[in-house]
Amino acid sequence: MKQRLVVIGAGMASGRMLEHLFEAGGNFDVTLFNGEPRGNYNRLMLSPVLSGEKTYAQIVTHDADWYAAHGVDCRFGEAVVRIDRANRVVYSNAGGVPYDALVIATGSAPFIIPVPGKDLPGVCTYRDLEDTNAMIAASRPGAKAVVIGGGLLGLEAAAGMAARGADVTVIHLMGHLMERQLDPAAGYLLQKDLEQRGIRVHCKGATKAILGKDRVEAVLLDDGTVYPADLVCMAVGIRPEVRLANDAHLEVGRGIAVDDQLRTSDPAIFALGECVEHDKQLFGLVAPLYDQARVLATTLLGEAAAFRPVQTATKLKVTGVDLFSAGDFADAPGREDIVFRDPGRGIYKRLILEGDRLIGAVMYGDTADGAWFFDLIKQGRDVTPMRETLIFGPSFQGGAQADPLAAVAALPHSAEICGCNGVCKGKIVEAISAGATTLDAVRSQTKASASCGTCTGLVEQVMALTLGDGFTANANPPMCKCTDHTHEDVRRLIKSMGLKSIPAVMQELGWKTVGGCASCRPALNYYLIADWPTEYRDDRQSRFVNERNHANIQKDGTYSVVPRMWGGVTTPAELRAIADAAERYHVPMVKVTGGQRIDLLGVQKQDLPAIWADLNAAGMVSGHAYAKGLRTVKTCVGTEFCRFGTQDSTGLGIRLEKFLWGSWTPAKVKLGVSGCPRNCAEATCKDIGIVCVDSGYQISVAGAAGMDVRETEALLTVATEDDVIEVVAAFTQLYRENARYLHRIYKWVAKVGLEWCRAQVEDPVTRRALYDRFMVSQAIYQVDPWAEHAATPKDWAPVADLTLRAAE
Amino acid sequence: MTQFIDIAALAEIPRQGARVVKTTAGCVAVFRTADDQVFALDDRCPHKGGPLSEGIVHGTAVTCPLHAAVFDLTTGQGTDEWQVKTHNVRVEAGRVLLDAAFLARRSAA
Repeated sequence: MKQRLVVIGAGMASGRMLEHLFEAGGNFDVTLFNGEPRGNYNRLMLSPVLSGEKTYAQIVTHDADWYAAHGVDCRFGEAVVRIDRANRVVYSNAGGVPYDALVIATGSAPFIIPVPGKDLPGVCTYRDLEDTNAMIAASRPGAKAVVIGGGLLGLEAAAGMAARGADVTVIHLMGHLMERQLDPAAGYLLQKDLEQRGIRVHCKGATKAILGKDRVEAVLLDDGTVYPADLVCMAVGIRPEVRLANDAHLEVGRGIAVDDQLRTSDPAIFALGECVEHDKQLFGLVAPLYDQARVLATTLLGEAAAFRPVQTATKLKVTGVDLFSAGDFADAPGREDIVFRDPGRGIYKRLILEGDRLIGAVMYGDTADGAWFFDLIKQGRDVTPMRETLIFGPSFQGGAQADPLAAVAALPHSAEICGCNGVCKGKIVEAISAGATTLDAVRSQTKASASCGTCTGLVEQVMALTLGDGFTANANPPMCKCTDHTHEDVRRLIKSMGLKSIPAVMQELGWKTVGGCASCRPALNYYLIADWPTEYRDDRQSRFVNERNHANIQKDGTYSVVPRMWGGVTTPAELRAIADAAERYHVPMVKVTGGQRIDLLGVQKQDLPAIWADLNAAGMVSGHAYAKGLRTVKTCVGTEFCRFGTQDSTGLGIRLEKFLWGSWTPAKVKLGVSGCPRNCAEATCKDIGIVCVDSGYQISVAGAAGMDVRETEALLTVATEDDVIEVVAAFTQLYRENARYLHRIYKWVAKVGLEWCRAQVEDPVTRRALYDRFMVSQAIYQVDPWAEHAATPKDWAPVADLTLRAAE
Repeated sequence: MTQFIDIAALAEIPRQGARVVKTTAGCVAVFRTADDQVFALDDRCPHKGGPLSEGIVHGTAVTCPLHAAVFDLTTGQGTDEWQVKTHNVRVEAGRVLLDAAFLARRSAA
């Protein structure tokens, strides 16, 4: 007798299973239910349909003839409402169908984020043909579409609509696109490629609401950004469709629980596809689903088979975007990375090794070797013998292990060394023979390594080979062990290449580590803040503890709190507020600083927001006593009270401090303003010092009174307070734009020369331009960090307290 | 024996940052890397007691904020053969679970 087989869901997994069953000549009466009013089509090909590269007819897998030929009773558009397990009958609204074996293949449902407006017309998901058609209809040229979710599906939706001419924005909650398949570096390259196709990408964007009256009009994010939208596609993820199984009281975890034979907790009921959970794992890619189909068909035919999930690889189906990821690429104990970057061609490759085996691979830009790496991962082969050259792929294997210098020596004269400027080895050798014996000389004569700089090492090797002992490598050491570039090179390249994020710098300049180190990250964060004040956003996690917490950490882990006292002037009310705060928070030490203000030492971290709020309430703001930024402006009393004073030095000091505070600089900046040449404010050992005289103001710079002690050198003498402000702002901006991170003004001036600095701030046009750029930055960064952080005290306390639990 | 305790949502720990869990056996720093891996270590540098939770997190390492010793989050091994104790921690459904077995042992002792 024929077995009665009922299948719920006509998707790719159940379709493949039926193919196997019929091919093996299985003796089944099949009834196939499907909620969608059509049979099985290749869902993976919806993206080419969306982008217009294919039509629906081309992606149909099983047409009406196929179902008829195999005697399948098709119930398309007829949803199953109930499973009666006791009597083995499946019910739709049209009636019941009895079964001997039942296969649940209900697939998955898109996840809808619960925000206001989610039900407005014009909001769709990306799951079936209806969704695809809705997006095609909405993608007329010039229409605005917003895709929420920068994963595989969301990006395919975005690319498809963009290909049809829509103006597309992708909003992604995470820090980089496709974070489950890609690491940040590859995510950055992907974003760059998509942006070049006109797709706007907003990472770290949390959707707050979908706006619109009768239909969708815009999307509002948590950070206040609004993107106008004629269509919103939610592609934030899927979850297994398990409602029928739940109602039937089958065992369900995140998906319908199945064993190795795809059998559910009821021996007559099987499940496969995206709706199942096997060994705590869910499945979304097609390869394991096809595996399940084969195993289930074999099981139904009464033979032995077991499902063993295998590793899967991911490729994005967006024409012209080359990316590949496979295996496991998270950092973990005992794992090592091999990283290769070719910024000129936008290539990034990362291999992850555990012991002697390759366990993961992420590639962007050149994925030709993806299959070979994937094969190595699946085989679990010992890769030690080819480890040195593994990253170059299969075509490189089998040769002798190369000494890098010998490899360069072996290059023909026509070999290209610098890809950016097309400079070959012969040209560099020629320049060296003609007398260019330093890297700078080679650079200026040939342009080799003058653009992205990643070939600097190669150029140096060519020099070493040509000059022999006469060559000494770059005297200016690299920034840190993560890169071969010097600070100066990095600053130059950030500007010339328009690099606007830390991942961008690390990728384009060929960083050798995955996330930098505690030395380069704060430097990069500063350079990006200084060079792109309106575009770059401060990365708090790349800041040293004092700047991250806006307080100086002390040796016992407590902090010090220093409010600003403008020009060293305070009031009884401020002093009272400081005294109250010191008592309220049991501050162990109150100390007057050398910068004419008061330091509260020994404050617990969790008390910081409260003490800041109290001081804020009394009108005080952070003194930035912890910052690579403006610290204090020390003043004397000047003409207000002093019988020798020539100008209002106190007033000018206050004006300067109110003007400069909040600005980030390469290292700390301290000012002094003295009312007469007796110099009571000790202005001539400050980074910038002003000494008032009868005729005006002498501005001098590059003093120090720390590890080095030196007197300031005269920069300019000006006539009015306004001139002082403009010159000091311009000079500070010159320092901000040019100095290397952690170099105080005196070190930087010693390098670039006082003459050059003077020429810049003396020229009225250059001075004004510097001043204007300083003001642009101040418009953004002159904010009191205390007020901002006092609002979230929870973030400053321990995230959990287990001290009570242990006593149980 | 392991005893996992729900301590926080993953979202409460900043990427490339850490948060502190107070226990009777001292503070534990729970780190989150750029790619959302989570590690737990004693929040105390063996050098001079610096709070590692305040260090800069890079890759799967942290640099102590006081004197820049670097520790591998996966093993607790650091500069100059210093060793910091690690604790089992895992993430389930967006929640961070810390193995508090070290507390049980302590209170039993």
